[in-house]
Amino acid sequence: MSTFLEQLPIVINSLNIGFLQTLKLFFVTLLGALPLGLLICFGSMSKIKPVKRLFQLLIWIVRGTPLMIQLLIIYYFPGLVLDNPIWGGAESGRFAASAVAFIINYACYFSEIYRGGIIAIPIGQDEAGLVLGMTKSDIFFKVKLLQMIKRILPPMSNEVLTLVKDTSLARIIALQEIIWAGQAFMKGSQGISGAIWPLFFTAIYYLICNGLLTVLFARLEKKLSYFR
Amino acid sequence: MHILEVEHISKSFEKTEVLKDICFTLEKSQVLSIIGSSGSGKTTLLRCLNFLEHADQGTIKVNGELIFDATDPSYRKEAVMRRNLRHFGLVFQSFNLFPQYTALENVMLAPKLSAAKEKDYKSHKKEILASIEEDALKYLDMMGLSDRIGNYPHQLSGGQCQRVAIARALALKPDILCFDEPTSALDPELTGEVLKVIKSLAEQKMTMIIVTHEMSFAKDVSDQVIFMNDGIVLEHGTPTEVFENPKEERTKQFLGMLNT
Repeated sequence: MSTFLEQLPIVINSLNIGFLQTLKLFFVTLLGALPLGLLICFGSMSKIKPVKRLFQLLIWIVRGTPLMIQLLIIYYFPGLVLDNPIWGGAESGRFAASAVAFIINYACYFSEIYRGGIIAIPIGQDEAGLVLGMTKSDIFFKVKLLQMIKRILPPMSNEVLTLVKDTSLARIIALQEIIWAGQAFMKGSQGISGAIWPLFFTAIYYLICNGLLTVLFARLEKKLSYFR
Repeated sequence: MHILEVEHISKSFEKTEVLKDICFTLEKSQVLSIIGSSGSGKTTLLRCLNFLEHADQGTIKVNGELIFDATDPSYRKEAVMRRNLRHFGLVFQSFNLFPQYTALENVMLAPKLSAAKEKDYKSHKKEILASIEEDALKYLDMMGLSDRIGNYPHQLSGGQCQRVAIARALALKPDILCFDEPTSALDPELTGEVLKVIKSLAEQKMTMIIVTHEMSFAKDVSDQVIFMNDGIVLEHGTPTEVFENPKEERTKQFLGMLNT
């Protein structure tokens, strides 16, 4: 049995590789879910009733079921039920399936946060824009968007911090993120087995990452504190 | 020719009739004050003129040109409304400045966005933006705000905010500037400074429609006064006629001329 100090570099190297995958899923999800959420938000606020109902239904289903189940369905449904395994069995396929599940799931949560931010803006802002002859899209992008962003930063930071930790759910379809990497040392990997401490070590990664994000959100809030 | 002709405007919300067959005309460079108790329809009338509401019946003409006809849905198309809206400016009771922009940016935003949609914008961008800024500075100066151009709305007093809002409306060079109770959110001191700039606009022959509860101001600045009650024009005349010789009992009651 090798000593802790001998095992440490091996474990850290493994966790680093796992965490890279965690970060990749995190950033890809944000990149997809931030704009998709806005689209779903507009859909759920549409004046056309059927469109509105459809998006509300989507939000209800996505927010009403566990992300873990959504991951399993998105990954296995095409292959097992439709007999068309679009994802393949490789890590890249598992990553793509995870990204799709996470983007849809988080976009629905973001859309409701956006909606809250939009309805909190006084109607006078729309009316002022309209009587100044601005188009609806100008009013949204030039007048309301920044006010909305300012209002939604606190709930968004909550959701983004949760996302960092939620990426571990992709473990359920064997995505090799950091929890998967830590767990490997329990079963046995690279000459280390029965070790649970690497799993505990993963917490430090999440903690540091979320610490940085907390600082980033505080900075953004400060940056937008020039207006009320 | 009348600068504004409002004919048979009616408007209901659900089953409540808020405006009933409103007719009046306005001449260029005249000031029209609309007085009346809360809920009499004054604000709704202004909102119909600025297309924030659509009248159910009636027509609106500016300089003889039909800009709204309730029977013709084409006047409710967004692009048509935006073009016809250029005749009017509206100053709100609650200012509605854009909080993330400075006073100067508030005044420049709409003219900039509108200029950016013109064909020759790209080739003359610099000159166009410079002339928009020059205009904005001129209007802010007119409002006595030259030293406040870089301030954000939350750094300004209510009176200063309202004056920025007036400059913002003027920057689009409307034919008719409308005010919806422009001083109702202000204390007496700030009210005075806003009324002063409105009066100076009247002296510069700006055509204006002012919904107000400031009776002595209305009497002082107006060419015509309309007293609205329950959605109708109950009394319409010169300030002397309406304020000193009202025909209707209800007007007398509203003006506090009856001893009860």
